[in-house]
Amino acid sequence: MTTQLTAGLRSAVLAALRTVRDPELDESITSLGFVAACAVSADGDAQVRLRLPTYFCAPNFAFLMVADAHDAVSALDGIRSAEIVLEDHFAAEVINGGVAAGAGFVRSFDGEAIGELHQLRQNFLRKAVMAGTDQVCRPLVAAGADPGALARLRLAEVPPSGALDRLRQRRADLGLPAGDDAPLLIDPITGSGLPDDAVPLHLRRARTTRVNIEANSGICRGMLRHRYDTPGQGEEDA
Amino acid sequence: MYEKDGEKYFIVDSHMHYWNAAPDNWVPGAEQYAKGWIDCFHAYQGLGPPETHWSIEHFQKYSEDDLMKDVFEDGHVDVAVFQPTYLKEWYKEGFNTTERNAEMGKRHPGKFIYNTRWDPRDGDEGLKALRRNVELYGSKGVKLYTAEWNNGSRGWKLSDPSAYRYLEACQELGIKNIHVHKGPTIWPLDKDAFDVSDVDHAATDFPALNFIVEHVGLPRIEDFCFMATQEPNVYAGLSVVIGGLMYARPRFFAKVIGELLFWVGEDKMTFGSDYGIWEPKWQVEGFVDWESPGTEELSDYPKLTTVGKKKILGLNAARLYDIEVPVECQINAAPGALVPGA
Repeated sequence: MTTQLTAGLRSAVLAALRTVRDPELDESITSLGFVAACAVSADGDAQVRLRLPTYFCAPNFAFLMVADAHDAVSALDGIRSAEIVLEDHFAAEVINGGVAAGAGFVRSFDGEAIGELHQLRQNFLRKAVMAGTDQVCRPLVAAGADPGALARLRLAEVPPSGALDRLRQRRADLGLPAGDDAPLLIDPITGSGLPDDAVPLHLRRARTTRVNIEANSGICRGMLRHRYDTPGQGEEDA
Repeated sequence: MYEKDGEKYFIVDSHMHYWNAAPDNWVPGAEQYAKGWIDCFHAYQGLGPPETHWSIEHFQKYSEDDLMKDVFEDGHVDVAVFQPTYLKEWYKEGFNTTERNAEMGKRHPGKFIYNTRWDPRDGDEGLKALRRNVELYGSKGVKLYTAEWNNGSRGWKLSDPSAYRYLEACQELGIKNIHVHKGPTIWPLDKDAFDVSDVDHAATDFPALNFIVEHVGLPRIEDFCFMATQEPNVYAGLSVVIGGLMYARPRFFAKVIGELLFWVGEDKMTFGSDYGIWEPKWQVEGFVDWESPGTEELSDYPKLTTVGKKKILGLNAARLYDIEVPVECQINAAPGALVPGA
């Protein structure tokens, strides 16, 4: 009984961790293999250990992932406490302590950081919107859509896909138009639609942004594999 | 020089190192950083072919003989550019300094170019040191780490007035090539340290200098590309691109090369092995053999030809550093190629 209960809770914790993304790679920390261990006691005390590709991975992104994991797991029904521990990282102690105390980034890195990470997260969401634009538009262009047609297309008119859902979610996260009537192509800062003649360059930039994220993701996975020879928790079913 | 299928390639390795990161060089109290840094570099080596991997002990400290064999004898390199990385907070003698590079290089005349470094926060003293290094080592280039932490300062920008003093000094001293590291770094914590907009400003204001953004701005290739396409004196340094992607992630490598060819162009891309992270041999041979897979998703990227590979592997850097290229390796020596001015 207890075993079943904790197994159910553990699945719920892994599912919650799956919603946490590396902001830079726009990918779940479970599918990236960043969850080293995940355990839940019968009383609902969750313990999660996270790992990253290098000892020196950027601490601002690391902080966001640990903090987001803490929030996601703590919010679950049946979880009494959540302990998220980043391992093998030069700033692990500060990050872990700061997140556990709910201190925020600036207080955690007293004197070494001057701004919270909201803006950083926004910047990377905008990149995710551009990369997602390439994912959604590429098949449309291959099927013969010209720039004018793409500029006029509304979200509701785009064939359903996981990539489209994801794009709409990222746009919504940023407060950009994401409803059925919103144009597929928008300026990722202002949210306004694009004139026909701006479409080719916009798509070029979208593709470059996606290539960058994919290349980074490839390097990060390679480095992680070099560092740890075990798969991450939840990595295979992500 | 590398020869394949009757084509001769002059090879300039424009980004390589001679470091000592063994425990004997670790600063007491900073051992975890010194170890963490070299372990991290070692993990990058893991992205190359398995038969080229070294043990961590060898990786921490390789010898002069190792370097000469790996880079010149086996690695096909004609001229190599030392890029220093100081990191004296963690390594007693520095990780690889201009002095260490030059001390070794003096036994191999004509093989090396000694770049040096500066940090605008070092003020007048730093300017003096820069002058001295140019006098002693004939440096024509510098390697800059804009995100380095220094006495409570969380990094700097190339567009800072204090940096402009140094860029002016570079012009005056005959330093032409500014290699900028915008890759993975540690400090500052809260900003996005990879931002390349400062290079944009400096490149516009110093049109006589060349700005080579190493690692093509990874992990911000797109920001780098959008900037570089507007600046005639901004170059893409391919260190990490070939070493980190060509073998480990060939599909992404094809895309990244395609993007760079589109935005930056083959005249402004320079090969760098990043030795000792990766040996040049497999990178040079693999790049010469490399062909874009030609799939639909790659179809509208510019094509990379033998001429383009020759430029990237050596001729572009030879131009930046005024290195004489043997006639048989020049592009106009190839049958049917354009002659200068035509």
